[in-house]
Parts: sequence; structure tokens; C-alpha cells
Amino acid sequence: MATLEVTDLSTSFRTDDGIVKAVSGVSFSLDAGQTLGVVGESGSGKSVTFLTVMGLVDPRSAQVGGSVLLDGEQMLGLDKDRMRQIRGARIGMIFQDPMTSLNPVKTIGWQLEEAVLIHQDVTRKEARRQAIEILKEVEIPRAEARVEQYPHQFSGGMRQRVMIAMALINNPEILIADEPTTALDVTTQAQILRLMNRLQEEHKMAIVMITHDLGVVAEVADDVIVMYGGKVVEQANVRDLFSGAEMPYTWGLLGSLPRLNSAGGRLEQIPGQPPSLLRPPSGCPFHPRCEYVMNACRTDLPELRVSQHGEEHFFRCHLDDETRNRVWTAKRAAMLSEDAA
Amino acid sequence: MTQFLIRRIFWAIFLFFVATIITYLIFWVIPADPAKLAAGRGATMQDVARVRHFLHLDKPIWWQYWFFVKNLVWHQSLGRSFVNRQTVRYTIAQDAPVTASLVFGAAIFWLSVSIPIGVLSALRPRSVLDRLSMTFVLIGISAHPVWIGLILSYVFGYKLHLTPIAGYCNFFPGTPGAQCEGPVQWAYHMILPWITFMVLFTALYVRLIRANVMETMNEDYVRTARAKGASPQRVMIQHVLRNSLLPVVTILGMDLGLALGGAVFTESIFNLPGLGHEVINAYNADDLPMITGIVVFSTICVIVFNFIVDVTYGFLDPRIRPT
Repeated sequence: MATLEVTDLSTSFRTDDGIVKAVSGVSFSLDAGQTLGVVGESGSGKSVTFLTVMGLVDPRSAQVGGSVLLDGEQMLGLDKDRMRQIRGARIGMIFQDPMTSLNPVKTIGWQLEEAVLIHQDVTRKEARRQAIEILKEVEIPRAEARVEQYPHQFSGGMRQRVMIAMALINNPEILIADEPTTALDVTTQAQILRLMNRLQEEHKMAIVMITHDLGVVAEVADDVIVMYGGKVVEQANVRDLFSGAEMPYTWGLLGSLPRLNSAGGRLEQIPGQPPSLLRPPSGCPFHPRCEYVMNACRTDLPELRVSQHGEEHFFRCHLDDETRNRVWTAKRAAMLSEDAA
Repeated sequence: MTQFLIRRIFWAIFLFFVATIITYLIFWVIPADPAKLAAGRGATMQDVARVRHFLHLDKPIWWQYWFFVKNLVWHQSLGRSFVNRQTVRYTIAQDAPVTASLVFGAAIFWLSVSIPIGVLSALRPRSVLDRLSMTFVLIGISAHPVWIGLILSYVFGYKLHLTPIAGYCNFFPGTPGAQCEGPVQWAYHMILPWITFMVLFTALYVRLIRANVMETMNEDYVRTARAKGASPQRVMIQHVLRNSLLPVVTILGMDLGLALGGAVFTESIFNLPGLGHEVINAYNADDLPMITGIVVFSTICVIVFNFIVDVTYGFLDPRIRPT
């Protein structure tokens, strides 16, 4: 049984301007020790998907459908108290901006202890001991002294370590990381990713890595889902995705990766803007920006279908196999020759 | 912490000098001839000259200022009124408790009303309570205290006989010649002034607290707290309130300091013998030492309250506290 099994998840928000369908028909599963990479532009629904899983969307404005099973137990529609017992204990979450994600007027120690005291029936002294222990585990030097300090006395990378420590202090089965390295500089990014990798092995937990950076995905993910306009547009294991991407949006993402050897010139980019979720385009959400657009794309949303490359590889596209093969082979060859140059 | 305090104290002293110099210049240099005012109507040229010498008005302005500061610092003296020859200090000592009763009493009321209403409105924006409180805020900000005071005094005092129409009673008994005294009479006479004075501030604070709480609820660290599994009560008390009430401390300190300088309108309507009332009388009588004295006193109040705010803030907000 998968640790997390999400089926046909959908989330929409009521707003003054109408209903925003932020996520629709998202399905995936995640096993212990595995990492799922979730890729997409801003507004693709990748964060909302996991805020829904965590039960952190505002119930007054959000409409949620589908199913979320944690170890076989249905999480959608759980009452608030049961949901609170799961949040922070069985699923931990860290966020993009470590500079603003910690309470500025409480000490680091207090904030870590709070996470312990909410879920465990222990004394404050024991909570403090656990706080220091987990800070050592995320490689924060002088942990005994630093628990007394406030967030503004920590650097960005150190704060993200504290966030990770706080998410892991109750030993969760799943860690959801929402763009954990986006706000950090590149060397710190690498350190944080390595740290997460090590902690994953030690704690045997599953990780969801939400990112718009395919480089991060290539480094840490086992499986990848690509989201666009609130829908999953391609889903595969990481090797298949990089070697046999099946649809134009994924091609665009892969093409826009900066390459070390490219001979100057501009980065390739996907023209246009991400779709409005309030008034989504008809048919395939990507069709206004797609260079291979056909009539069918404007009217019908392509079904998620199985790839020719493997049973576990799904994608949405109206293009026939032959055309897709031809285009992708050419694109891939161009990228590889650039890398080799 | 000591260094922080010392820095703040020096800053307060500096502010005191800047403020008194400006006050002194405005009130003693600009009017035509203070000596003539002091000597009174019908004084001869010789009288005016004697008065000018007696008040040191024949000395250079910097010397006069120095004399004023020296008297204030060494003898805590602000001079004597031109009108009744009482010392200004004595008059302020008489009036300040009245204004303090009004301001602090009203502050307790406006805080205990505006914090819960502000928080509840923020929690349920667009609810019936929120709409009602926003309507009240609009009225409270628009309605002038004179109008509110007169209406209240007419309805509750004159028509319904529930409260006195005007007047003040000392909190502490024992004043000779007082018509009424004691805590009960004091509070009874203060009810309408408190309500009149608090309306504007309650409105401002409801709006301020509502906005701060709503803003804080969208902070990333509040989402972090919820992701930890914290209950809504815990999130509200430990994470939202603590952060959203910080700016309220600053503004409260400034408002209290300012208000102590004279709640002119409310004191005039209810005939409370406070500083605001006094300053109006002094202005009408061209009583310059009294005006200067009250302005200097209010300046000191503002400085002292700002100092208290700075120190409190240092304790409340670790980002300001030096390590």
C-alpha cells in the first residue's frame, strides 16, 4: 500500500470574480522512501494541490473533491481535530521563503518545542532536549546556544534548516517541501538538497518536492508530475521524463533549462503567459501557447494516456505518436549536441 | 540593554531641548511685547520697563532661554501666570490629574472595546459583526467630539437624568470647598466624558487592529504554525495577536502622550478643569507663561510616553532588542 494515494483531487475557490478551478483531476501515489517531484509554473496548481492534501485551504472559500489516502485512511473530509493530529505529526511541510516562515518574536527553541508539545505528551524539558537534538541533526552548529536565539539572528540557509528540523521533529512519514530552495543562493541550495537526501535515508520518509526547477527534480526525484493550468499534463519516472518527454509543454520546460556549454544567445522560452484559472482556455489548457496546436486542441481536453515508452508514463496531447517522436528526437538531439559541444 | 536605555535617554533629552527651544521661540519671540502683556492695561511706560527688567526681557534671547531652562531643571519652575500670579507649576499640578483621569480612563475603555471587536471583525470579514463595526468606525471617525459630547449630555444628562450634565469631582476626598468627592462620584461624573473621548479612538483602534490582525493572518509564519498542527486558538494567541498588537503599543504610547496635552473639546463641553480647558483660558487672556508651561508639559508627556514605548518595544520585539 502506498503511503500517500491521491485520486482525482480537485480544488476550486469561490472568489468575487467567479469560481477559480485551481486543481482538477490530479492523481498520483507516493511510497515510503520515494521522492515525488512536482513541476510547473506559478499558478499551475502545484502548491494548492498539497495545501489541499494538508487541509490548509480555507474551508470557507475552497471546494475540495476526490480522495486522499494516507496509509489507506481517507483524509478528505476528516474533522478538524483529527486533521490537526496528522498535520505536523505524520505529514510535515516546509515553505519557500525561510525568511518569513518563522515567527519573528519567538525563539527558535520555543517554535521547535511548540511542534513537539502539540503532538506529544511530554514536559517542556523533554521538548527542549528533542529540539536541540533535531537541530544537531540538521547540522546547525552550537545547537544548545542557538535555541535561545530569534529567527533574525539566523541566515536564510540556517532558517531553512530550522524549518526542516521543525517539520521532522515528530518523525513524519511524508515531508512536503514547497520550493524549499527557491529563495536560497545556489551553494546553499545544494547543501539543503543534500541534507534532505540524507534525512530521507535516515528517516525512511517520502518527500514531495514542489519546484519549478527541473535541475532540482533531476537531482532528487524518483517520479515526476508536470502540472499546467491545474491539471497533470505529464507523469513519469524521472529517467523516462528526461529521455522521452511526450508533450510540448514538457519539451518547452526541458528546452528552457540553462546549459553550461550553450554558445551564448538567449535561453529558449515558452511564449505567452500561464492560463487564467478564472477563465481557462477551452480544450487543452496549453493550446494558446503551443506551437503544434491543431483544431482538436481548441475544443477537447486530451485524456491522460499511456506513453509508448512505458506503462508508468502518462501524458496529455492530441499529437499522434509519429509526430511527437519526430519532434522530440530532433529537440533531444539538439540539446545533446549543445551539451556535447 | 543598558546601552540601549542610555541611548534612548540621551535621545529623549535631545528631543526635550529641541521642543522647548521651538516652543520658547514661538511664544516669546513672535508676540509684540510680552512685558506690556505682563504689566497689564493702564500701566505706565515706567511700569512696563520695570516689568521688562523683572522678567529679564531686556536680556538677549539665548540668555532668556537659558534662564527658562535653568528654572525648569533646577527649580522645576515654569514661572508665574500673568493673570492670577499663581505659579504655572501649581496650576498644572491641579489640572493634570483631571486630564489624566479623562485620558487613562477612556484609554482603558477604548482598548477593552476595540481589541475584541477588531479581532472578531478580522476573523469574520464581511460578517454582520464586521459590517456593524465598520459602520461604527465610519461614524466614530466622522462625528466631532463636540457634537457627540453635546448629544450625550443632552440625552443622558438633561432628558433622562441618568448622569450629570457637566462638572468634575476629585477622586481623593479632602479638597476644601469641593461640592462632591470620592471614587464613586468621580466615576459618575466621568462616564459621559469618557464615552465622548473614547468614540474617536475606539473607531481608529478597531480599524487599526482589524487591519493588523488580517495582515498578520496572511503571514507565512502563521501558515507554518497551522502546518505544525496548532489549534486555531493557539495560532491566534501565540502567533497572530502577539505580532499584530505590536504596532498598537507604539500608537497607544503616542496617543496617550498627545492626549495628556489637553483633551480640549471634551474638557470644554463637560466643564472639566483640565489642561485643555486651562490652555483655552490662558489663550483668551494672553497668559503667555501659562501657555508655554502647558505646551512644555505636554511636550514632556509626549517624550516620556515615547520613551516608555521604546523601552517596552525593546522588551516585546526581539528584532529591536540589541544583543
